[in-house]
Amino acid sequence: MSIIEIKNLTKIYDGSTVEVRAVDHIDLSFEQGEFTAVVGPSGSGKTTFLNMLGGLDAPTEGEVIIDNVDIWQLNSRKRIDFRLHNIGFVFQAYNLLPVLTAKENVELIMELQRRPKEERTERALSLLEAVGLGDRVDSRPSKLSGGQQQRVAVARALASRPKFILADEPTANLDSKSTENLLDIMENLNKEENITFIFSTHDARVMKKARRIVTLEDGKILSDEIKQP
Amino acid sequence: MLISIAWRNVWRNKLRSGIIITAITLGLIAGIFSTAVYEGMVIQRVDKVIMSELSHIQIHEPGFRNSMELTGFIPNAASIASKVDDIEGVEGVSNRIIVYSMVSSAETGAGVKITGIIPKEEKKVSNIHTKLVEGNYFGEDTRSKRIKPIVIGQKLAEKLKVHLGSKVVITLQDVNNNLTGAPFRVKGIFNTLSIVFDEGNVYVRYEDLRALTGLPDGAAHEIAILAMNNEMAEVLKPKVEAVAPGLEVLTWINLSPEMNYLNEAMDLYLYIFIVIILFALLFGIINTMLMAVLERTKEIGMLMAIGMNKLRVFVLIMYETVFLTLTGGLLGVILGALISIYFETHKIDLSLWAEGYMELGYDPFVYTSLEYGMLGNVTIMVLITGVLASIYPAWKALSYNPADALRIE
Ligand SMILES: Nc1ncnc2c1ncn2[C@@H]1O[C@H](COP(=O)(O)OP(=O)(O)OP(=O)(O)O)[C@@H](O)[C@H]1O
Ligand SMILES: [Mg+2]
Repeated sequence: MSIIEIKNLTKIYDGSTVEVRAVDHIDLSFEQGEFTAVVGPSGSGKTTFLNMLGGLDAPTEGEVIIDNVDIWQLNSRKRIDFRLHNIGFVFQAYNLLPVLTAKENVELIMELQRRPKEERTERALSLLEAVGLGDRVDSRPSKLSGGQQQRVAVARALASRPKFILADEPTANLDSKSTENLLDIMENLNKEENITFIFSTHDARVMKKARRIVTLEDGKILSDEIKQP
Repeated sequence: MLISIAWRNVWRNKLRSGIIITAITLGLIAGIFSTAVYEGMVIQRVDKVIMSELSHIQIHEPGFRNSMELTGFIPNAASIASKVDDIEGVEGVSNRIIVYSMVSSAETGAGVKITGIIPKEEKKVSNIHTKLVEGNYFGEDTRSKRIKPIVIGQKLAEKLKVHLGSKVVITLQDVNNNLTGAPFRVKGIFNTLSIVFDEGNVYVRYEDLRALTGLPDGAAHEIAILAMNNEMAEVLKPKVEAVAPGLEVLTWINLSPEMNYLNEAMDLYLYIFIVIILFALLFGIINTMLMAVLERTKEIGMLMAIGMNKLRVFVLIMYETVFLTLTGGLLGVILGALISIYFETHKIDLSLWAEGYMELGYDPFVYTSLEYGMLGNVTIMVLITGVLASIYPAWKALSYNPADALRIE
């Protein structure tokens, strides 16, 4: 049973002159434990696709069914709550709260989930430990490198115990060493904890690590290959 | 954690927050200080009227205050006065004979209110004796017993062109409607700083005026009573009525409703004044918060993306606005209060601008009077301003679509 079923997913932007079919009738499904890259040239619709998958951007047509819930049938309040409990997000620009420390950034999402204080602190510390930042828990993002910030973002995404993690170009702002480091961490989490990752990328080295590669072009699926281990 | 995020957000742009906080602080200092100044002026004005003429409670024969007839006297005023004097809370009682008539010098004459008083008693009720600029207040050393002493206002002395030791003549109609008169010698000149009062009032001894008018022994037109404080007047009124049957007993509030009105209206005006200040600040706060929200579009988009619901986003912005506002508000209230308290004991000299005030009966200087209850009310008003100011920026933040917000570079 797939954890995500995508049916006939379409997004049309009504430009003033021409309409843009950013995502064009995509059918796709994702399984628990996948480590999948969504690739394609700039403007091929990767971000739009991931945003609709994550409940951030409304499709013009089609369905996104996560664990038997058609997320675009939910009202906006329920959809926000659904995101909070089911989807982890990692963004290209890290997007941590600058006024919070690494630990507080990770705790915040658990507080939104109304988890008890002790659990929050404990889990935040162990997740930061897991991404190799056990000694930087009290640093604010401005005191961390891009790679370190992105690792905090991964810890934050994991904190809510989501069904899967969506990452739109998580390594685009990182140098090659940080990229490798982040991918190792993601790969490890995937292998050891069976965390599902779906991420987009431009980077050939990142693609190489993926076990499934979905290639988009002009909003359509050009290829969908699963590597045999 | 929302609270701590909001508080830290206030200090992210220190300059911008500092400017609006300073504006709020200064606005409230100005508001509270001027409130204390006006309050002080009103209290001073009320006290002055009470102390120079009104006293706290007056007893008259019914109708006297309208007719001002010489015959409208209280025959047994002396015995009533001694009973009133025994009431707990009464500081002083003074019997007054009041005649509206003419006083003239060699040069000219003027219509005045002539009050006959027993100096020893009157000193307990009014403070004219402390306002003398020349001579004395019916002192013992009156050299000539034959010629009666009179104390007049400085303005009147100028008008009559008389000075200390000059002779003036009082002319009046006695109880039998005979025109009569007597010479008096100016023994004291007072200046209460109220031009109207100083031009229209003269004081002579009770016995001198009684003899001249032909009133019976122990009679008076007015029994003036001073209570321990202004508020006490209403409490004492029924007790005074009990010992003065059939007479009209009025407190300073009844006697001079405009004084009380001034007091109460001023309170209202001052709150309106502060509301206007806060209203002006409201727009500054909204502007500051709109900038903050706009600047953090992407961050707010991220929070909504990871699952912060609209209510929490709204509350987050509201907390931040309230913290920003309260920081300035509390600073302003505290500093405003401290400055006002300082000037409760250090006089503010208004003599440069006071010409007009003096005409109206205000003093050319003022001590502030801070009402502590007001500080609490103003703080609550600041809080409400913060909440109101947050609505539009918070609503603006809610209008963000996370997908669009996150695309911002
Ligand atoms: N808000 C929008 N309004 C109109 N057109 C849009 C909007 N957002 C995206 N598009 C268009 O939709 C198409 C897909 O954009 P999208 O950002 O999904 O591509 P992408 O694959 O993520 O590109 P990149 O690799 O540059 O991030 C593009 O042609 C883009 O111009
Ligand atoms: Mg993109």
